[in-house]
Amino acid sequence: MQNILEVQNLAKCFGSAEVLNDISFSLTQGEVVSIIGSSGSGKTTLLRCLNFLEQPDAGKIIVNGETLFDAQDPSTKLEKNLRHKRLHFGLVFQSFHLFPQYTAKRNITLAMELHAKERPDYRAEKKNILAELSVRADALLAEVGLSDKAGLYPYQLSGGQQQRVAIARALALNPEILCFDEPTSALDPELSAEVLGTIRRLAEIGRTMILVTHEMSFARQVSSRVLFMADGRIHEQGTPEEIFGAPKTPRLQSFLQNS
Amino acid sequence: MTTFVTVSLKLLEGFGTTFLIFLITLLLAIPLGLPIALCSMSRFKPLRWLSRAFVWAIRGTPLMLQVIIVFYGPDLIGMPTSLSRMNAVVVAFVINYAAYFSEIYRGGIESVPKGQSEAGQVLGLRKDQIFFRIILPQVIKRIIPPMSNEIITLVKDTSLARIIAVRELIMEASTFIKTQALLWPLFYSGAFYLIFCGLLTILFNRLEKKLDYIKV
Repeated sequence: MQNILEVQNLAKCFGSAEVLNDISFSLTQGEVVSIIGSSGSGKTTLLRCLNFLEQPDAGKIIVNGETLFDAQDPSTKLEKNLRHKRLHFGLVFQSFHLFPQYTAKRNITLAMELHAKERPDYRAEKKNILAELSVRADALLAEVGLSDKAGLYPYQLSGGQQQRVAIARALALNPEILCFDEPTSALDPELSAEVLGTIRRLAEIGRTMILVTHEMSFARQVSSRVLFMADGRIHEQGTPEEIFGAPKTPRLQSFLQNS
Repeated sequence: MTTFVTVSLKLLEGFGTTFLIFLITLLLAIPLGLPIALCSMSRFKPLRWLSRAFVWAIRGTPLMLQVIIVFYGPDLIGMPTSLSRMNAVVVAFVINYAAYFSEIYRGGIESVPKGQSEAGQVLGLRKDQIFFRIILPQVIKRIIPPMSNEIITLVKDTSLARIIAVRELIMEASTFIKTQALLWPLFYSGAFYLIFCGLLTILFNRLEKKLDYIKV
């Protein structure tokens, strides 16, 4: 099976601090990879590199055989191509970052509409396109179980509901790979459960996802593979059974004991 | 009674000029402040320094002096066409207020969390789309209180126009001291400012309420 994502020897420094060091992994269609590790191990930076919010200092990012980033090749770093590359990935943030001035539904349709405006047939087909997007937004809201909240503003929603809208917003552009950056860390356990439920359903329907999380039991249940990061490296990786059932390195053993 | 009517009409005339200075300054300085703010935040250092030096010079000198410089300055350095009195006032006011507004905008833009523009970025939006669709509406919400403050100051700053003999409200009122030895028209002129600022305050409060749905 062809890899949907291939990350090769990715490295990133902030000043003299090495945040990512020789990160390599791959992802096949429909796989859910969880990344675990203590704070400061580079998990978030890795996701930010994949979403082109940070530029790696070394390495390659290849999606569906297309090299999106190669530190050796300046032509892959051009600012003007960035936004199209970003569309391969979706990112759900730890603190949601919904747009406060828009309703739940508008948060979902905004990017879709702005992208639709660049279609050559937008002028002629405006009405149909907008109607289509509205239907799609309603479907996404239904998918995250928030059909009745379409007209509410973010501040009128609970944290869990906000995060589910953020998930729907990320899904709206149909990214090939959906990334989650500790999606439940800002939520209490009850609200976490509803967000995790949404993520679980996405895993069941075969979404390709990368999940940075501190929810160990959840990672164990939904992941096809788990990466354990420490000091900017992938310290150990394997199936959930291997990682949680039979951790090999002392580092992972002590991490799991403490969490 | 007839004096009161005469005075009232004269003051109203002066208020017309005051209002005109106020309105034109607002209409031009509000948009002009934005490019200045963006330059002040530019990653290109020379542009940033230039913009910040400009703001420093404008905020660091009295508006009255700036009006004088704009009106008499061109003549001094031998430039042929100098501005009419009213135009000179408007030019000086627009430059001055654009500088102040730019700092309010800059504060507003910088106070929007970085996550907002990152959320736009990961959705593949262009920089201009992120700015106008995501950041700016939140900035507007945040800057209404400092902007109302500044705009109310502008109402009263218009009285500085009399330094180059533009017949605004205070100037009209003080003419009565010379011509008819009447001091009270000057005090009376205060009522015009007071009422106008009162109306503005009500307007801004409404605007603030209207944007209440944006919780930032």
